[in-house]
Amino acid sequence: MSENISNNNKIVLPIGPQHPSLDEPGRFDITLEGEKVVNAVVGVGYNHRGLEKVCESKNYIQDLYIIERVCGICSHSHSTAFCMAVEELAGVTVPQRAEYIRVVVAELERLHSHLLWLGVACHEIGFDTMFMYTWRDREKVLDVLATVGGNRVNYGINTIGGVRRDFNETINSEILKTVDSLEEDIKRYLEIAMTETTLISRLKSKGKLSHEDALKYGAVGPVARAAGIAIDIRVTEPYGAYKEIPVNVITDTNEDVYGRTAVRILEMQESINIIRYCINNMPEGTLTVKVPRRIPAGEVIVRVEAPRGEDIHYLRSNGTDIPDRVRVRAPTEANWHGMKHMLKGGNLADVPITIAAIDPCYSCTDRAIVISSEKNTEVMDWRGLRRYGIDWYKKQNIDLTSLKIKEV
Amino acid sequence: MIEFLKILCKLFIFPGFLFLSVYSFLLDFLDRKLYARMQNRVGPPWYQPLADFLKLIGKKTIIPADANAVIFSVMPLVSLAAVTVGFIYLPVLGKEAIFSFSGDFVIVLYLLAIPPLAAFLAGWYSRAVYSTIGATRILTQMFAYEVPLFISVLAPTLIAGTWSITELTGFYAAHPLYIFINLPVAITALISFQCKLERAPFDSPEAETEIVSGALVEYSGRLLAFFKLAHNCELLFVISLFSAIYLPFMTGIIWVDFILYIVKTLFILLLLILMRVTMARIEINNTLNFCWKYLAPVTLGQVILNLLLRGVL
Repeated sequence: MSENISNNNKIVLPIGPQHPSLDEPGRFDITLEGEKVVNAVVGVGYNHRGLEKVCESKNYIQDLYIIERVCGICSHSHSTAFCMAVEELAGVTVPQRAEYIRVVVAELERLHSHLLWLGVACHEIGFDTMFMYTWRDREKVLDVLATVGGNRVNYGINTIGGVRRDFNETINSEILKTVDSLEEDIKRYLEIAMTETTLISRLKSKGKLSHEDALKYGAVGPVARAAGIAIDIRVTEPYGAYKEIPVNVITDTNEDVYGRTAVRILEMQESINIIRYCINNMPEGTLTVKVPRRIPAGEVIVRVEAPRGEDIHYLRSNGTDIPDRVRVRAPTEANWHGMKHMLKGGNLADVPITIAAIDPCYSCTDRAIVISSEKNTEVMDWRGLRRYGIDWYKKQNIDLTSLKIKEV
Repeated sequence: MIEFLKILCKLFIFPGFLFLSVYSFLLDFLDRKLYARMQNRVGPPWYQPLADFLKLIGKKTIIPADANAVIFSVMPLVSLAAVTVGFIYLPVLGKEAIFSFSGDFVIVLYLLAIPPLAAFLAGWYSRAVYSTIGATRILTQMFAYEVPLFISVLAPTLIAGTWSITELTGFYAAHPLYIFINLPVAITALISFQCKLERAPFDSPEAETEIVSGALVEYSGRLLAFFKLAHNCELLFVISLFSAIYLPFMTGIIWVDFILYIVKTLFILLLLILMRVTMARIEINNTLNFCWKYLAPVTLGQVILNLLLRGVL
């Protein structure tokens, strides 16, 4: 308490690493003057998984499984980006049918991600009824994704050079049926978002990020589109089947959380249109092309529109079957920089929804651990760490020297 | 001696403390179950509130090192005691409360203000960041709803010309049509009661996603169990008060009236749940604006109307 309240009556409120409004550990130190936020210190670093390093020690096929697990929600976007990067380096062209299947799954994923976000956002503003309803409807998408890929979140559709599973009549009709019933739900959500006074009062002009600021901080995805920036990789730099599919960029001029909500709800409608178009115009043909195990040397950057925004994958190959460098820039990383700006000047009550409005994904973003250079720190290798552990336990009267562990 | 035992029985068993706690557990269950069903969830089984209570009773109670231990451990009991004492002035079985005297309305309103104050002190002396903010929000919210609430429950007394709840209920039971005069304040009272009970949309003092659970964040074990019990009892207390003032329909047959009382309380609970289920949490400054801009003028208008009507009726 005493360290949180300073002399001039400012309170530092820690939101995180453990807090009910955060789905993953992150840290926000909110300096409050009454209910006003005067400063915010934003930090990640609790979820580092070292996955880029892991990717650089396994071959391309194994990496696919790791890349699919970068994010629990936009798993398909990451694996699409990685596959596209490898295919580009290998110089192969993916069959058209595979491209269409990728798009259908990507749009189903966008539906599922946006419904999830809508639920989380409603929970943050204390509107639990809407939260429960959106998550109930999200189950429909998850069910259809489970039919398509066998899993609810990691569908395992992509493989290097194409897709692993085909669509048939049953799956097509199930997707169309789900999409039809979702269209009704989305209309209802849009109506609620447009008319419910308490909801609007909690979202309007909260977490402002103006057009200029969005450009300055490099915001992507719905955050940028809500500020009137028509940036959508599916349109600005079309990839795969998006070259043929008509996509409308949804933008909004509200520049706030309300705009982000509207953009996401309307984007769901757009996704439904894309899915319908794909199912009705799906070309026949094979699903995969053969890709060599050893990928020719070179480097490539791929951009994919994930539900949360632009997802960038960088891949460098040295001619072996193991990538030389894999870099994943998740969309949250781009939206992160404007966070402090969005939080400042708002009320404490706006903090959870402002944080949630960029749809943050902390573990996708965490890339490094900061080693503090203060006193009593040293860098240890594995052997030294083991030695230290044995000595520490010896001090507690537990002798572990006799324990047999494989030397490394 | 038998008279004395009878009074003890009334005080502690029915319709006193035991009835209050058992029925409030039931109301809490209905509250949670209906809330869940309206959200398309399954909801808890009927014994869940009691099970929660017993489980909390058996858990370890942790008092933070920085907290004021005396205030920290006394406040749950103060809160519960205030509600229990207030309840005996409310008519439950028939037209008459267990006790009544000519000024008991003031006592009841005074006791009604104690639970939020107890929660404020509990939060303030917990000496934690979240509980401090929660405690200040409780006080802010009190400033918002207290005046509209008091005026809306006192406006009906102007026509009845009494400050005793039993007499007030009796007066309106004899003149049931007069109740419709008080309809505007009945609505403002319902909203202020929701605000007082800190239920959504007025739950920013315990906003989970902002300040974890507000003033009671440091509470655990037995002390938390009693706070929860006090909160449940407060819900029943408030609902009973509402039914005594604004829905005093009576038949005169004591047990039929009791069943009527149950029906009335369930109906009011349904209204409170509907309010809770359809709205997002309102920010504390907007709560303040709403209460003073909309509720207070309506209640004041009713006071003027009732004063004029008093001369006519």
